Amino acid sequence: MDNGGGAAVSTGSSAGSRRVGDGVSDQFPAGLRVLVVDDDPTCLRILEKMLRTCLYEVTTCSRAVDALFMLRERKGGFDLVLSDVYMPDMDGFKLLEYIGLEMDLPVIMMSADDGKDVVMKGVTHGACDYLIKPVRMEAIKNIWQHVVRKRRNEMKELEHSGSVEDSDRHRKPSDDADYASSANEGNWRHPKRRKDVKDEDDEGEEREDSSTLKKPRVVWSVELHQQFVAAVKQLGIDKAVPKKILELMSVPGLTRENVASHLQKYRLYLRRLSGVSQHQGGISPPFLGASEAAFGSNNSLDGLDLQALAASGQLSPHNLVALQAGLGRTAVNASMGMPLVDQMSFFNSEMQTANSSKIRYGPGQQLSNKQANVLHGLPTTMEQKPMAHLHLPIQSFGNIGLQANEKSSGFLGLPTSQVRAGSSSHPETIHGHPGSSLLMQTQQRPQVPISQNHSQMHVGMSQQPRLNGQLVNEIAGGHASGLPSSVGQQILSNETVGRVLVRNGSVLNGRGSSSYAAVSQASCIDFPISNGMELPGNGFPLLSTAGLSSFTSTGVFQESVPATGNLEGLDTTTNLKRSRSLVPSYDLFNEFHQSKSQDWELQNMGHAYEGTQHMGSLQGNPDFSPSVLGRQGFVSTQKNEQNNNMGIGCKEMVSLRGDDDRRNLGTMAQSHNNILVDNSFKIKAENVIVTEHFAQDDIMDALFKQQGGVGAIDTEFNFNGYSMDNIPD
Amino acid sequence: MASAEITQLRRQAAYIKKSLFEQGYLDGQFLQLEELQDDTNPNFVEEVVTLFFKDSAKFIANIEAAVEKTPLDFKKLDAYMHKFKGSSSSIGALRVKNECTLFREYCQQGNGEGCLKTFQQIKKEHATLRKKLETYFQLLRQAGPYETATSSH
Repeated sequence: MDNGGGAAVSTGSSAGSRRVGDGVSDQFPAGLRVLVVDDDPTCLRILEKMLRTCLYEVTTCSRAVDALFMLRERKGGFDLVLSDVYMPDMDGFKLLEYIGLEMDLPVIMMSADDGKDVVMKGVTHGACDYLIKPVRMEAIKNIWQHVVRKRRNEMKELEHSGSVEDSDRHRKPSDDADYASSANEGNWRHPKRRKDVKDEDDEGEEREDSSTLKKPRVVWSVELHQQFVAAVKQLGIDKAVPKKILELMSVPGLTRENVASHLQKYRLYLRRLSGVSQHQGGISPPFLGASEAAFGSNNSLDGLDLQALAASGQLSPHNLVALQAGLGRTAVNASMGMPLVDQMSFFNSEMQTANSSKIRYGPGQQLSNKQANVLHGLPTTMEQKPMAHLHLPIQSFGNIGLQANEKSSGFLGLPTSQVRAGSSSHPETIHGHPGSSLLMQTQQRPQVPISQNHSQMHVGMSQQPRLNGQLVNEIAGGHASGLPSSVGQQILSNETVGRVLVRNGSVLNGRGSSSYAAVSQASCIDFPISNGMELPGNGFPLLSTAGLSSFTSTGVFQESVPATGNLEGLDTTTNLKRSRSLVPSYDLFNEFHQSKSQDWELQNMGHAYEGTQHMGSLQGNPDFSPSVLGRQGFVSTQKNEQNNNMGIGCKEMVSLRGDDDRRNLGTMAQSHNNILVDNSFKIKAENVIVTEHFAQDDIMDALFKQQGGVGAIDTEFNFNGYSMDNIPD
Repeated sequence: MASAEITQLRRQAAYIKKSLFEQGYLDGQFLQLEELQDDTNPNFVEEVVTLFFKDSAKFIANIEAAVEKTPLDFKKLDAYMHKFKGSSSSIGALRVKNECTLFREYCQQGNGEGCLKTFQQIKKEHATLRKKLETYFQLLRQAGPYETATSSH
């Protein structure tokens, strides 16, 4: 991608020195940082010129994968994305999902196609607008409104929740009614307006002035997510209203709004999973469970997980498919071990930015092929939500593995074997545990002491982490050492099946060493994803497993192990030579066109992650449809050594899996937490493993994606009533 | 160059442009492009048009190859054409765009004959437009750099 005329850019850039969150820029909307993605060079050039004329800062890409790469590389570096719908390397809607999950940026779709179906797809996938080509200047001039709107909504959410407990209470009845009546996720937004008009007005004023107000985001760590999922389960998905969930979770500082938006995403995710799972024919359910855990914001592991799993080769094609389906998002290219890795790497790269130890996967680098291959099996839908902080890539991944285990026995097998495969080259990889064993463990009881491996990625996904860790371990060929159980934890909460993984990928990266362990687990995940798990671009967890070995502590598990199973991204210091093939993730993406958009936007990544470098917060895309779960397994197995943080990273273990997953996640979460505690550095291997897992996820995703039709995997939560009107804008 | 000549060149260019609009070869989108042209990009329109023709040549070649296969892969053809249509509409190539729409309809109906016929038409329109625009830009270039768009709006 090119930036177009350099000279021309400057005019925009000067005005656009403001960054998101920097404060109000009086020149707004000038300086708005827009990323344009269109494979048609003519259109791209025209759009670029139009945007420049509006004094926006423009960056152009002709490929979706490049766009994702850039977005991940520069987290927070863009305000808005304009994307074409029909692109050769990846479906625009898929890209949209990924962006929603990982970065939560407003995305505007464009196409010459103005058919109602297509436009509707845009809506359901969360696009904030849809422009018909040829795009006219008038339309471009006003795109900034979407940025402001989104920020306002987020601010409101934050402020609202923070400052108005009272109003919340007052509203409670109505809120409850709102929520209880139907999965009308969007209600929470409206009520806010209605009820807290006063507060909001005040706040609104502030916000209105500064379109660039920083919106503090809650980072849905794996733990947090797992708590969330547990609460939701306890209440029953239909009755789970933010207020109650919040109460059950009793997390200080968490607002009802945070929960509400997270819930929304989660529901979307689940819906997607259920949709995906149908295709797979049943694989999904397991993942749902995982997804729960992974729902954490960092569930990005989705894709990663799958990939990792896939990578680890543990995932049986069937599983992989399921995962993929579930993940939907991650385009796991079955054939591509790498994709996962790429995804992971992508994620990782993202995460890396967040973390010091970024494992940079050379662009296009893919976890060592062999590793990638490992992941191959796993359709890791590494769709990770923007886990900016996912230090622990491990998250979802771990879950994935876990989940997968149950359902897809094949999976179990996969991860382990995969792990080994990947790990073989790297003794450090999480081999501590025979992959299979780990997987098994994870599945059965999320509690799997992921900690065994390393205090890896605890990734917030309390539930999931385990899985990831497990997976990771397994993947690592049993090097338990490295794989902190946290890896399991990382299990990307597959919730965002596709997404999470992706996110995880990033997370992983960020984490540097963050144990991709989770990833590995993810691979194990029986991704129900059948939908074509797309491994969220996370570099992929699968890769991690593969590369885990090399993940030397540097913890940079970042880039969630490139899908290719190379944890390359993870461990910069270590030998992650495996370049996280970031690219692979694209493959995954492609594959998952179908992945239903699980836009699980975990925007609210648990704060936990913020700190931890690694786990960039599993992008808990809670909405991962079961399939996603697989991916989500955000394996944030952060290398213990470094990370104690890792544990946090994995919070998001997104368990893409279905109900089972959730359960697993739950247990995992717990175990995960435990694991977190022990940050012993074991992870080196973990990280590696994670990647593997992720890679698998990717692979799986790829495999499954085809299958994808996101069946309605509605495992525990019946989101049938889920209204999609809350698609995040 | 004498100013009279310049004026003449410009006038000729203007004439071509006018006829292109009148005959429906170009539409308002072309004007949008002209509006985007400014000092920082004095040859923007030409640049974009050149880009388009370079790309469109590929499209046409692809479609050409695809229509020679039997049986016709309508889905693929439709996909190609969709892209081509988007591309042509972005520079305001109205006639070409309309033919593309027609072609797609035939694809959806599975009407191979219709597709082939329409495709011929597309090639024709495309070639005509290309030639005319080439002449147009050439005149403008000759006339001088500072006024590329002959008072387009």
